[in-house]
Amino acid sequence: MIEARNINKFFGNKQVLKDVSVRFYQGKTNLVIGQSGSGKTVLIKCLVGLHEIDSGQILYNDRDFSKLSFRQKKSIRQEIGMLFQGGALFDYMNVQENVGFPLKMFSDLSPQKQIERVNFCLHRVNLKGANNLMPSELSGGMVKRVAIARAIALNPKYLFCDEPNSGLDPQTANLIDNLISEITDEFNITTVINTHDMNSVVEIGEKIVFINQGKVWWEGDNKEILTSENEELNKFVFASKLTRKLKS
Amino acid sequence: MKLIGDLGRYLLLMRHVFVKPDRISVFIRQIFIEFQRLGLDSLGIVLIISIFVGAVVALQTAYNIDSPLIPLTMVGFTTRQSIILEFSPTMISLVLAGKVGSRIASEIGTMKVTEQVDALEIMGINPANFLIQPKVFAGVIINPILIVFSICLGLFGGWLACISTGEVTSNDYILGLQIYFDAYTVTYALIKTAVFAFIITTVSGYHGYETRGGALEVGNASTKAVVFSSIIIIIFNLILTQLLL
Repeated sequence: MIEARNINKFFGNKQVLKDVSVRFYQGKTNLVIGQSGSGKTVLIKCLVGLHEIDSGQILYNDRDFSKLSFRQKKSIRQEIGMLFQGGALFDYMNVQENVGFPLKMFSDLSPQKQIERVNFCLHRVNLKGANNLMPSELSGGMVKRVAIARAIALNPKYLFCDEPNSGLDPQTANLIDNLISEITDEFNITTVINTHDMNSVVEIGEKIVFINQGKVWWEGDNKEILTSENEELNKFVFASKLTRKLKS
Repeated sequence: MKLIGDLGRYLLLMRHVFVKPDRISVFIRQIFIEFQRLGLDSLGIVLIISIFVGAVVALQTAYNIDSPLIPLTMVGFTTRQSIILEFSPTMISLVLAGKVGSRIASEIGTMKVTEQVDALEIMGINPANFLIQPKVFAGVIINPILIVFSICLGLFGGWLACISTGEVTSNDYILGLQIYFDAYTVTYALIKTAVFAFIITTVSGYHGYETRGGALEVGNASTKAVVFSSIIIIIFNLILTQLLL
């Protein structure tokens, strides 16, 4: 479980996160939703330590991540996999080298075992045989799948996804959502997904946190979100004509 | 004030760069990759510039010797001294600051804006160390080798110009290369080159690492890397010359 306790984050004089307290549970796909600029990306970056928080606590199974030094954080970071919005694959490495990179840096597996693990991860994301392709040769959906394969290479306990289906067609987006959800169940990972895609919310949102103006505005699941009477949440969820039509 | 801020951030970054690498085997492999990228890929430009500048220095020296009292061996001597003391270590380092410096800054800058640096950090890797340290080591080792290569080619270019124009005979030129030779001048050139290589790789690495934003900022970082590296090289050239000669 990951827990954020009363975290505050400022950029200059602007407070981006205001006393945010939230829990993300193991084996569940936890979604953070909100408008652009609401603070959800900052929240995720604070959780993984890319931004330092100004006050509060971040606990990974009761280990206070926010108080650790870079070296101490390293051990927790090796339990974290992250899927970035643009994939963040290393341009100068092919698919096999990208997926195998965390293994090369942090595992004691032999080169043969590393390749076996890479092939397993690629097989798991339906990219068997793509080992020698370069990132520039991949489609948007393939980039995300390779990034997922790299994120799960070290058997992470925690998986963070920053807008995993942005820029993808609805069919591929659905595929990525289902893949993340399946991996979460299969490996019993604590998954935190940052999204504003309503399809993801309805399909895989086992726990949903709605962030608005830097505060936790609402928490629930994909069934409760459709019947909630929270005004701000409804403005966000039913922003499009299609969703309003579906509701009525 | 901005310059002092930059210096402070540069020193803080270097504190993260010069620590023990996460995996020595990966670090050594990275150094060899950088030998290729920073050194071997620059061979062509070093070859062309060195031969032509060596030829020009020899011809200009020959043109300026009017007095029959000055022996023609001075052409070889002057070419050798110019190339070893200044042209190869300083001019070639300035050329490399343009070629290699912009490459380093744009590579790291692009990694920064496309979140590849964040991806390294999430994995528990020290990105500054992983990305910059192999470049510094590779540069400090390979640039002096490039400079030795450049010195040889410059002297060869001078010889080629002398014999093809008939201004100086081959014997006079080669004799000129040999007279009053002090091996310390080569040591001085190599020390200068190693320091310049350190400046090019760390200053360019710093500008790449500090990139925020998008493609435009990557271009700006690349330009700043070349400008700052060149200015610092020129300043250190004066300091090192005063200290070493």
